[in-house]
Amino acid sequence: MADMVHTAHSPALVHQFETKEQQHDAGSLGMWVFLATEIMFFGGVFMSYIVYRALHLEAFIQGSHFLDVTFGATNTAVLICSSLTMALAINAAQTGKSKSTIITFLGLTMLLGAAFLFIKFAFEWTHDWTEGLVPGLHFTYSGPHAPGVELFFCFYFFMTGLHALHMVIGLGILATLTVMAYRGRFNSDYYAPLEVSGLYWHFVDIVWIFLFPLLYLIGGRYGGGH
Amino acid sequence: MSTAVADVHEVPVGSHVNYLNASYGIKSWLFTTDHKRIALLYLASITFMFFIGGTAAVLMRIHLIEPQGALVQPETYNKLFSIHGIVMVFFFLVPSIPATLGNFLVPMMIGARDLAFPKLNLLSWYVYIVGAIFTLYAIISGGVDTGWTFYTPFSSLYSQTHVIATALGVFITGFSSILTGLNFIVTIHKMRAPGMTWFRLPLFIWAMYATSVIFILGTPVVAIAMFLVGLERLLHVGIFDPAVGGDPLLFQHLFWFYSHPAVYIMILPAMGVISELVTCFAKKRIFGYSIVAFSSMAIAVISFLVWGHHMFVTGQSVYAGLIFSVLSFLVAIPSAIKVFNWTSTLYKGSISYEAPMLYALGFIGLFTMGGLTGLFLASLATDVHLSGTYFIVAHFHYIMVGGAVMGYLGGIHFWWPKITGRLYPDAWARFAALVVFVGFNLTFFPQFMLGYLGMPRRYAVYPEEFQVLNVMSSAGASILGVGYLIPLIYLIWSMRYGPAAGPNPWGARGLEWETPSPPPTENFEEIPVVTEEAYNYTGARQTLG
Amino acid sequence: MISAEIARIFLDGGGRSLASALAPIPIRPPAASTIAEGVDKLHFTLTGITLFFTVIIFSTIFFFMIKYRRQSEDEVPPEIEKNVPLEILWTGIPTLICVVLFFWSASLYIQNARPPDASTEIFVVGKQWMWHLQHPEGVREINELHVPVGVPIKLTMTSEDVIHDFYVPAFRVKKDVLPGRYSSLWFQATKTGTYHIFCGQYCGAEHAQMIGWVYVMEPSDYAAWLSGGASHESMAQAGERLFTQLGCVTCHVTDNTGRGPSLVGLYGKAEKLRSGETRLVDEALIRQAIVFPNSVILPNYPPVMPTFQGQINEEQVLQLIAYVKSLGMQERTGK
Repeated sequence: MADMVHTAHSPALVHQFETKEQQHDAGSLGMWVFLATEIMFFGGVFMSYIVYRALHLEAFIQGSHFLDVTFGATNTAVLICSSLTMALAINAAQTGKSKSTIITFLGLTMLLGAAFLFIKFAFEWTHDWTEGLVPGLHFTYSGPHAPGVELFFCFYFFMTGLHALHMVIGLGILATLTVMAYRGRFNSDYYAPLEVSGLYWHFVDIVWIFLFPLLYLIGGRYGGGH
Repeated sequence: MSTAVADVHEVPVGSHVNYLNASYGIKSWLFTTDHKRIALLYLASITFMFFIGGTAAVLMRIHLIEPQGALVQPETYNKLFSIHGIVMVFFFLVPSIPATLGNFLVPMMIGARDLAFPKLNLLSWYVYIVGAIFTLYAIISGGVDTGWTFYTPFSSLYSQTHVIATALGVFITGFSSILTGLNFIVTIHKMRAPGMTWFRLPLFIWAMYATSVIFILGTPVVAIAMFLVGLERLLHVGIFDPAVGGDPLLFQHLFWFYSHPAVYIMILPAMGVISELVTCFAKKRIFGYSIVAFSSMAIAVISFLVWGHHMFVTGQSVYAGLIFSVLSFLVAIPSAIKVFNWTSTLYKGSISYEAPMLYALGFIGLFTMGGLTGLFLASLATDVHLSGTYFIVAHFHYIMVGGAVMGYLGGIHFWWPKITGRLYPDAWARFAALVVFVGFNLTFFPQFMLGYLGMPRRYAVYPEEFQVLNVMSSAGASILGVGYLIPLIYLIWSMRYGPAAGPNPWGARGLEWETPSPPPTENFEEIPVVTEEAYNYTGARQTLG
Repeated sequence: MISAEIARIFLDGGGRSLASALAPIPIRPPAASTIAEGVDKLHFTLTGITLFFTVIIFSTIFFFMIKYRRQSEDEVPPEIEKNVPLEILWTGIPTLICVVLFFWSASLYIQNARPPDASTEIFVVGKQWMWHLQHPEGVREINELHVPVGVPIKLTMTSEDVIHDFYVPAFRVKKDVLPGRYSSLWFQATKTGTYHIFCGQYCGAEHAQMIGWVYVMEPSDYAAWLSGGASHESMAQAGERLFTQLGCVTCHVTDNTGRGPSLVGLYGKAEKLRSGETRLVDEALIRQAIVFPNSVILPNYPPVMPTFQGQINEEQVLQLIAYVKSLGMQERTGK
C-alpha cells in the first residue's frame, strides 16, 4: 500500500479499496482463504473415508472393483486438460490477447468440464444405478462384505457428488466470466476475476486427483493384493 | 473533556449525516452493504435468538425445582435442553461478538472504509437468517431432542424429532461464520491504514483474526458431520450404524474437531473486548501487548489439538487420552497469561467504574474460575468422574456466560455511544451488571457441587438429595434473567431518549473514537495515517469532545 | 410463581420441614472404592488451586480498583508496558503446576485403567432405558448390581441400541457403553452399602430414569444371594444351550472334522486370519465372528459362516462368548 497518491479511481475499483493493487491482492487472498475452508471441507470427508477404509479394507476393495477405471482415468485427463485451458485463458488476458482468444479458452474449459460431468453422470452413475449400487435408493448387492460395500458406495457418491457440485458451480463461474470477456472487461491490466476463478478451478481439479486413486485404485488392481 | 457519561454534547443528535440516517426505508437496510448496518442487522437477529435460547433455559430451571420435574414431561425437557444448546451455541455465542462488534469495528479500528467484501458480508447475514429459519421451523413444529451434540446413533437412527431440519439449519449457518471469518482475515491483512502495522493493531483485531482462523478451518468439518447425520437419516444408510460397519464415534471426532475450537471462537472475541475495556477504563497501555497478541494466536492453534478431551470415557486408548490431556493443560497457559496481563494493566492505572469496566472486571474473575475448572477436565483421573455431569455444565457456563456473555455486554455498552450516537443511563447499567454477576454465580456455582456429587447432566428428573442445590441454581437463574432484561430495556430506551454522545465519551484511544458518533457511512473522510502504538493513554491527552 | 414454588418447598409443602430443607448441603459423594480416595485427593487439590487463584485475581482486582481509582480527570498513569521476568514467572509457574497435575492425574488414570487379573467379571447390556446385568454364575439383574466388597470386579459392557454410559459416582468410575463393541471398567468396592448407578450419556426420552443401585455386600452375604432363589444355569451353560439351538455345533465340531474350526482352546490366543492380520481371540473378536463372520475367517477355511445378526440379542452373544471362553480353558486340538 505504498502509493497513497489520490488518483481518480478507474471504473473497476470498488469503494472500500484505495488502489487497484489492494483490490487485486484482497481478491486473491480471499480466494486462497476460501480454498483453505474447502480443504477442510473435503478433508473432513476424506478423513472419514480413510478411517472406514482402514476398518473395512476388504469391503472397500470389493466396492472399488465395481468402479470403471477407464472412465475415471479419462475424467482425470479431461480435468487436467481443462486446468491447462483455464491457465491459457488467464495467460491470454495477461498478455493482452484478443477477447475471442480468452473466450475460446474459457469455452474449451467449460466444454471439458461438461465432458467430465457427462462421463460421470451419464456413464458412471447411471451404470451404478442399473447395477443396484446406490445406497439408500437402489442398493441390491448382496455378495460378500455387503454392508461394507454399501458404506463404500455411500462415500463414493458423497465424495464424487460433492466434487461434481463444485464442478457445476465452477461451470457457472466460467459462464459468467465468458459473458464478462465478451463484454470486453478483461485486459492486461485487469484480469483478477479470471485469476481468482482459475485458483478455484485448479483446486477442484486437485480434489479429483486425490479422489481418483482413493476411490478407484485401492486394493492393488494391478498386481499387489487381491 | 470530562469522561462522565452523562455529558450532553451541544450538537443535537444525528445532526450530521451518518450511517443511520444516510438513507431510509427497509430496502436500504435489507440491501445494505455497509458493515455498520450489517452489524445492526446481526445485533437484532442474535438478540432475538438469545431470548429464544434464554426462554428454554428459564423453563428448564423452573422444571428442575422439583426432583420429579415441576413443569414438563421428560420428552419435552429433552427438547428444551437441546433447543437451548443449539440456539445459544450456533445462533448466539458463535456469531455474537464477531458479527456485531466485529463487523462494526474491524474496518474502523484499522482505518478502512469497509470490509474487503461488503456484499459477502450481507450474504453472510442472509445465510444466518436462512439457517435460523430452518432451526426455528424445527423448534416450532415439535422441536429436536438430540442435545446440541447430535450424538449418533441416537440422532441418526433413533430420534423421532426434527433432526434433519435442525442439522440443516446448523449446516447453513456455519457458512455464515465462514464468510465472516474470510472477510475479516482478508480485511486485516490487506486494508490496514498506512502506519497501522501488525503490532499497532488493537488487541480486539488480533482477537478477531485468531477467531477467524478458527472459523475458516473448523466450521467446514462440523458441516460435514451434520451433513452425514442428515444423509443417514434421510437414506437410512449406515454411516454411523455399527450393525452395518459404521462407527458412532467417528461422528464424535468430526463433531468435536470443530466444536472444541468453537468454544474458543466464543471466548477469544470476548478477550479482545476485555483488552479494549481494561485499557480505556484504567487509562493505561495494555501490559504485555505482544504477549497477549501471541497468546490469542497460540490459543487458536492449540485449540485444534485438544478435541479428544470430550471423549475420555468413550473407550479411546489410554495413549490418545494422555496426548489430549497434556495438550488440554497446555491450552490453558496462554489464557492464564492473558489474565495476569489484564490484571497488571490495572496496576497504577487511573480506574473508573463505568458499566463496561464492571463487566470487564467480572469477566476476568469469572473466566479465571471457569478456566481453572477446565483443569479438572483436562486431568484424566478426575474427568472420568466429572464427565457428563453438572460439573461440565457449570464449567462451560462460567466461561460462556461469566466470560463470553459478560464480555459481549461490556462491549455493547462500551461501543453503544459510537454505534447509536446515544448515551445510556450508566447507573442502571452498573446495577444490571451487578445483578447479572450475582445471579450468574448463584445459578452456576451450585452446579459444580452437583456435578462432583454425581448428578448427571440432561436429566429431566433427579434423586432427591440433589434438590437443594438445584433450587439454589434455579433461584439464581431467575435473578440472572432479570439482569438480562434490564439492559434490553434501557438500551432500547436510549436509542430514542438517550442524550447525544460525542465522538469519544470515554476518552478512549483507537481510530474508531476519532469519528463522529454515529460515524458516517464511509467511516473516515480521509484515511488516517497511524503514527502511534495502540492504547496510547499515557501519551498526548485525548482532546476530542 | 417461582418464588411461590420455592416458598412451598421450604415451608413444608411436600411433607418436608424447614429443618430438613436446610439440612447440610451434601459436599462429597460416598467414597466407596479403592480409587475414590485418590481421585478425591486430586479433585480437592484442583479445588484448592482454583480457589487460590480465583481469590488472588479477584482480590488483586478489588485492591487495585480501590487503590488506583481515578482521583482526577487529569491524572496520567505511568507507562508500564511490560516486564519480561514477570511474564516468565507467570508463564512458568502455571506451566509447572500443569505439568505436576498432568503427571499425577495420568498415573492415577493409568493405574485405574487396567483391571487386576483376578477380577470377577460381570456383563452389562444397556438398552433404552434399562440396564441388564448378568453374573457368570447365571444370575441376572435389571438396574441392580450386587457385588461383594473387597473383590475387584470387571464390567464388560455393550449396548443394544444407542450410546449409554455406566456411571457409579461412589466408585468414581464411568465408561461409555456403545453398540457394536465392548467397553469395560473395573472397581473394587471398599464399603458395604447402596450406591447410585446413573446412565451418564444422554440416550433419549427416559435417560434420567435409566438409573439403578449397586449393592455392595459382605462376601458371605453375596455368596448367599448368588445361590439363593431359583437355580440358574451359568452364562457358559446358557451359551452352550444356544450353541446347539442355533446350529453352531454342526460346523464347529470339536474334533475339527466340521466345516468350521473347533473352538476348543481358541479363546485368548493370537490367531492369524485369512486376511493376513493377526488378532487376539477375545470377546470383541468372537462377537465380530457371530455378527460379521466373513471378516474374521481363519486360514484354510471357506468364508461360509452365516451371520446371526438380528437372531440373537447382546445378552445371548455374551452367553455364547462365556461358553467359548469355557472351551478355551481346555487344551487346543487339531489345526
